[in-house]
Amino acid sequence: MAEFKGVMVYGETTEGKLTALTTELLGCGRRLAGELKEDLLCILVGEQLGEAPQNAIVYGADKVYTVEDPLLKEYQTDSYVTVMEKVIKDISPQILLLGQTAIGRDLAPRLAFRLGVSPSMDCLELNIDPDTKLLQGTRPVYGGNARAIFVSESLPQMATVRQKAMSPLEPDESRKGEIIPIKVELDPAKIKTKVIETVKEEVAGIKLEDAEAVVAGGRGIGGPEGFKELEELAKILKGAVGASRPPCDNSWVPDTLQIGLTGKIVTPELYIAVAISGSSQHLSGCSGSKNIIAINKDAEANIFKEARFGVVGDWKQSLPSFTAKVKELLAG
Amino acid sequence: MNMIVCCKQVLDPEAPPASFKIDPASNTVLQPPGVPPVVSPFDEQAVEAALRIKDSQGGKITVLTLGNNLLRDVVKKPLSMGADELVLLEDEVFEGGDSWSTAYALAMAIKKIGEFDLIFCGRQAADWDAGQVGSGIAEILEIPSITVAKKVEAIDGKVRVERVIADGYQVVEVTLPALITVSNELGEARYATLKGIMAAAKKQPTIWKPVDIGVEPSQIGAAGRRSKLLKLFQPVREGKCEIIEADTPAEAGANLAVKLRDAKLI
Repeated sequence: MAEFKGVMVYGETTEGKLTALTTELLGCGRRLAGELKEDLLCILVGEQLGEAPQNAIVYGADKVYTVEDPLLKEYQTDSYVTVMEKVIKDISPQILLLGQTAIGRDLAPRLAFRLGVSPSMDCLELNIDPDTKLLQGTRPVYGGNARAIFVSESLPQMATVRQKAMSPLEPDESRKGEIIPIKVELDPAKIKTKVIETVKEEVAGIKLEDAEAVVAGGRGIGGPEGFKELEELAKILKGAVGASRPPCDNSWVPDTLQIGLTGKIVTPELYIAVAISGSSQHLSGCSGSKNIIAINKDAEANIFKEARFGVVGDWKQSLPSFTAKVKELLAG
Repeated sequence: MNMIVCCKQVLDPEAPPASFKIDPASNTVLQPPGVPPVVSPFDEQAVEAALRIKDSQGGKITVLTLGNNLLRDVVKKPLSMGADELVLLEDEVFEGGDSWSTAYALAMAIKKIGEFDLIFCGRQAADWDAGQVGSGIAEILEIPSITVAKKVEAIDGKVRVERVIADGYQVVEVTLPALITVSNELGEARYATLKGIMAAAKKQPTIWKPVDIGVEPSQIGAAGRRSKLLKLFQPVREGKCEIIEADTPAEAGANLAVKLRDAKLI
């Protein structure tokens, strides 16, 4: 059997550029590769990769493997698992990192079962055990109520990593690395799924994941009308509106606004939680925020354990005066 | 349409966070007193997805649950919602498994059931939140999988799925047989009707032991694990919140704005 060597990052691209999470994976991978004294490898898969392979070197990769094929235009489980199975068998990395994204959470388990290994999903921390040299992944479990550290002895050791849990390196344009194309034969007859269309449900204004201020509403908002008040505040703060799960499940707001374990992960400077009780499920998506502010009528609500400042009161009475005062202060 | 739905009995994820306790010696979560377990909510939504297909074009739904000492009132809930049959993989050797050993046992049970067009799972279980078992079953059975679905429709011998992605959704078609994992965006699962509860009470689940599905004890439960849990712990919450004092909630709102200004947060 081939010797397993190197730390490999499965990179994702958008419009010929690496995604932010991919640069975070490269930052983390660089550290792990350093501890193991091995190379940092990156694998990029798609129809046309543009500048992304060079980009991966700038962000820390020593070797970038590329697989380009018109059949890989869109992510599909069958084709991408086939590609990655071949790549892993050819290159034999000892660690493979993926992002916990729509692609990563689909690709990682299916690839792992094909390879006979067990991945740690949605990791917040990754470390090399100094004695065994094995990868330890720390991940949220029980809806964020607890954390678990897992290790797996089967190779390659696989993990998916949560957004914004790791930091990218400073880009260094002078870094040298190698770009190595890999050819994979794909049989279209073996791809059992067909992507009919991709529907974007983008909300106007600043993207939730990029916003420096987020105003989020919960079950206590009571309906779609209340979210108009949150939008007004978000607009004044030049931020974005988000929600916990109940407003999304009740169709008060689009599903794409959901923040939490199964929704978006946000880490803004200012996170204003209005009528959100603070379930572990929701806190999983916002606890990385620099400053959490809570408005809730229940003084015992869990959100106050995470918040820096809080108002105990009915949001319908507190929020209008808060918004008005913020507007006044920002205008002054 | 023959459908199979995999459902897991879990600790109620809606239990108050304060009741959540870990036994550090055994790295396990303690069952909170007075809060009975439930069917994992994503799995309930997987049952709902199957029921919607049964409503529109008929079919049979078999529910598959793995564990030990399973509470009949809990695991029968899908029957009271409208599922037709319940198969329990129930034995102490099924306990303590990971995604690997669980997916293996479920896949072998599905092979024994034999006829199926669609398999449904929740996107992840509310306890370990890994989201691997569905993909694992599909890989073992060598059938296509689509994960994190918010809508599933059967059309002309195929299934059309809306799969949730970060900024919207993708419409994907797949040939049968296939496995679909269901997300909360599908919408709330239906309530059990009184008629359904009475019908479920009369139905006896089929119980299979490892030998019934042709698996060795070494391949399932704790013995079949491929990952090792080193430590389970609760993250520490700091809890240093400054509550803004005021005579009225409206005044508190205005004071909060001033506070944020003083702290240079706005």
